[in-house]
Amino acid sequence: MRYMPHTPNEREEMLAKIGIGSIDDLFTDIPEEARLGGLLDLPLHESEMVVEKNFRKLAAKNLSPYSVPCFLGAGAYQHHVPSVADHIIQRSEFLTSYTPYQPEISQGTLQALFEFQTQVALITGMEVANASMYDGATSCAEAVLMACRVTRRKKAVISGNLHPHYRDVTHTTLQFTEFETIDLPPAVTVEERFDDYINSDIACVVVQNPDFFGRLDDLTALADKCHDAGALLVVVVNEVVSLGAVKSPGEMGADIVAGEGQSIGVPLSFGGPYVGLLATRQKFVRQMPGRLCGQTVDQNGKRGFVLTLSTREQHIRREKATSNICTNAGLCSLAFTIHMSLLGESGLTKLASLNHSQAVILAEKLEELEGVELLNTSFFNEFTIRLPMNATTAIEKLGEKGILGGVPVSRLIPDDPDMANLLLVAATETCTTSDMDEFVAALKEVL
Amino acid sequence: MLNNKGRPTQPTTQSEPDVSIDTFTGNKGLELESPLIFEQGVPGRVGVDMADPEPVKSRLGGLERKGPIGLPDLSEPQVLRHFVRLSRQNYAIDAGFYPLGSCTMKHNPRINEKVARLAGLGDLHPMQPTSTVQGALELINSLAHWLKTITGMPAVAMSPAAGAHGELCGVMAIRAAHEAKGESRTRILVPESAHGTNPATAALCGYKVDSVPARKDGRMDMDAFAEKLGPDVAGVMLTNPNTCGLFETDVKKIADMVHEVGGYFYCDGANLNAILGRVRPGDLGVDAMHINLHKTFSTPHGGGGPGAGPVVLSDALAPFAPIPFVTHGENGFDLVEQKSGAAAQSFGRMKGYHGQMGMFIRALAYMQSHGADGLRQIAEDAVLNANYIRVGLQDKLNSPFSGICMHEALFDDSTLKGTGVTTLDLAKAMIDEGYHPMTMYFPLVVHGAMLIEPTESESRQTLDQFIGAMRHLLDKATAGETEYFLSAPLFAPRRRLDETGAARNPVLRWVSPEATDNEDASLSAAS
Repeated sequence: MRYMPHTPNEREEMLAKIGIGSIDDLFTDIPEEARLGGLLDLPLHESEMVVEKNFRKLAAKNLSPYSVPCFLGAGAYQHHVPSVADHIIQRSEFLTSYTPYQPEISQGTLQALFEFQTQVALITGMEVANASMYDGATSCAEAVLMACRVTRRKKAVISGNLHPHYRDVTHTTLQFTEFETIDLPPAVTVEERFDDYINSDIACVVVQNPDFFGRLDDLTALADKCHDAGALLVVVVNEVVSLGAVKSPGEMGADIVAGEGQSIGVPLSFGGPYVGLLATRQKFVRQMPGRLCGQTVDQNGKRGFVLTLSTREQHIRREKATSNICTNAGLCSLAFTIHMSLLGESGLTKLASLNHSQAVILAEKLEELEGVELLNTSFFNEFTIRLPMNATTAIEKLGEKGILGGVPVSRLIPDDPDMANLLLVAATETCTTSDMDEFVAALKEVL
Repeated sequence: MLNNKGRPTQPTTQSEPDVSIDTFTGNKGLELESPLIFEQGVPGRVGVDMADPEPVKSRLGGLERKGPIGLPDLSEPQVLRHFVRLSRQNYAIDAGFYPLGSCTMKHNPRINEKVARLAGLGDLHPMQPTSTVQGALELINSLAHWLKTITGMPAVAMSPAAGAHGELCGVMAIRAAHEAKGESRTRILVPESAHGTNPATAALCGYKVDSVPARKDGRMDMDAFAEKLGPDVAGVMLTNPNTCGLFETDVKKIADMVHEVGGYFYCDGANLNAILGRVRPGDLGVDAMHINLHKTFSTPHGGGGPGAGPVVLSDALAPFAPIPFVTHGENGFDLVEQKSGAAAQSFGRMKGYHGQMGMFIRALAYMQSHGADGLRQIAEDAVLNANYIRVGLQDKLNSPFSGICMHEALFDDSTLKGTGVTTLDLAKAMIDEGYHPMTMYFPLVVHGAMLIEPTESESRQTLDQFIGAMRHLLDKATAGETEYFLSAPLFAPRRRLDETGAARNPVLRWVSPEATDNEDASLSAAS
């Protein structure tokens, strides 16, 4: 087997050195009746060539969204990832290192984390960010737990326009704690009103911007209301490219930003691994979950970086930790950092502007179709349309024509007749004019 | 003496130059520094070319950003060079021996990276119609089959994103199962030697953590365990093989005893590598066990993730598994994404979408490469290597627990007593010898613990050299060369770092020098 160096002779010699007669003698602590005599009922080992073939066969049974016009979003967005990002994350030194527990020989990972934390803080308009969470949905749940710890309150108000997965994960995470949520219903065409729910019992209000339906809102007034009641405003951003064009959550008064960083540097990969972003104000940092990288100096006074404030974490605090998270999204955060470094201020601004203009152009084309209604008054690169037919049926028919025409809202909000005809449509820099024209023409035929 | 081409004709005998000499650039040959990315930008440079946006009427609803973000502008070669330079300041399993106990730093095959990037696998959108992702669902289903077969368990929850997330899945399933029976239990028993994630997870599920001491032989104290068991115990969280590198010999009894009081047996599967193909957790009475795909099945650690932590479940817990999951019927594969029908009793959703697909692909490729025969060989060679190190160091270091170990060898620091050298100092001297140190000060049940996990990937030559280096260092320490250890590491990109200072005055981000004048001092960069 190509991955294991020992020859049978070496194994024998090593056993002799250990002072035992056979490999079986190494496993005598296992209860005798449970020891496996033979092999597991699985195929035997394969060459690299055969393995590659197996996976090519599996890949061929899928439709690559990069090979067809694709307008899918709903929290995961198709973007171009520069080759440099994927090249660097495959460097052995980044790919095959562990969590940087030995800072003297982990400065590469640590400095990159420090840069990641800074980039996340800058784009969200917050003061500090952690070294990543699993994904946007788990980051949202952790933000709610954090808000409860900061305010010492037990209730979180959840916007009806939060991505349903984020809401569900928050429910799951909170279900066995002393904390609870107040869930507002989806508000697709009307403005969501939080006034009746904000009071001195509330730890936080959780809103998404752009929201699940793509709409943008100025959250400044909501932030003020939260703060007047002693509550925090948690803002979820799952399309971070939008932050190149719109006011940052920090600017609008957010206290915690929970985000999904997939759009920057991370491939779609059928939903994971992605990279959860979590940013907040410096004064709340000791209630933050997850790893934090900090700047310091070495014995010679040279700048260096270490994991810090670990007294919040499970390996020190055990059951009193701020979270149980250990492994996070290290390599995805590196990919994010590289892509964001390539974009820079001018690149992120231009990418955001390009995404918005693509979406505006597509929205205008779709609006012209008879029976299609654009439900958003504002949007960034994704919007909701109402079709004169069931959206799932329409998407299946478009699929037969080789077009991934959007995400039916009912896939995420089922059993609600108001949602049956709603379709989420996203347009990024990856779609071309002909992609849009094909989509519009095909949809016209389907309707 | 130099020849007429200016090349030396014989090795130099001059004394070595002082390595602490500063160079003009701060670089030293191949040791290349890179400032923070924020210190390298020039406004107007670009690292990504893209089309100019068509002029359109803004639909941003008046929410346009007004001020600058503060990101630096760089070109592609600058960014590439920056991160290449950073990468060279990292130790990595590809570069050398990484015996970090409990972390299973094994070889990461590159075919896994290749197939994870195939068009049609790495680029699938999670919300594509299921008819367009049949191969992806088949892949998840196939990985699930391997995991169930390896562990001898009837069900598996695929979506947890890492080991700790898997623990959360398992303990939530336990709590949901108790609640379905109308029972509200309050305590979870966790051995002292457990990973910190175990108690942290139990607390997140609303349980009181009751710690069970270890016996003199490194296993859980059965008397204390029996005493703590009762009708209010929801379950036990036991790592097996445990964090002392030992198989819990009473594991079946532990399972029986916890089942007898109506509790469940959660097994922390972090150390599954040691028992692949030799014993199936399902035959030991386990109800739930997470599997760190990034440990046992070699999906790369990536400097701290991403991981994946599927959880195998017994029949008793399977109905409570999180959504989503893959089903297979006449019309092919499908996804159950909502808490209804087959998932009516599910405790809910744990993350966005369907799980860590990128890790699933790599893990399945790893399993296919090994097959049933290779998987068993993994466990055998991993345990052989650990015992080879144990025996190679046993006259120099004290094993707190005698006898054969599993995949990792545990030592205490009694050899260092009175030398003025600590486990930490020894670890830093190992860095100078070109090794990543072992896990230190864990498990907590052993003083100055050194936990060495070689994995199956290492050759006998690597192990022999490591044993030699460790013996050399231990001789040095006991001979009174304390200063050598206190000043280590000398040859790493950084000397020891001021971790106390970092925590006392946290600087968690870069701030532009212009901004620091007006900002809170605690936010400012120190240099």
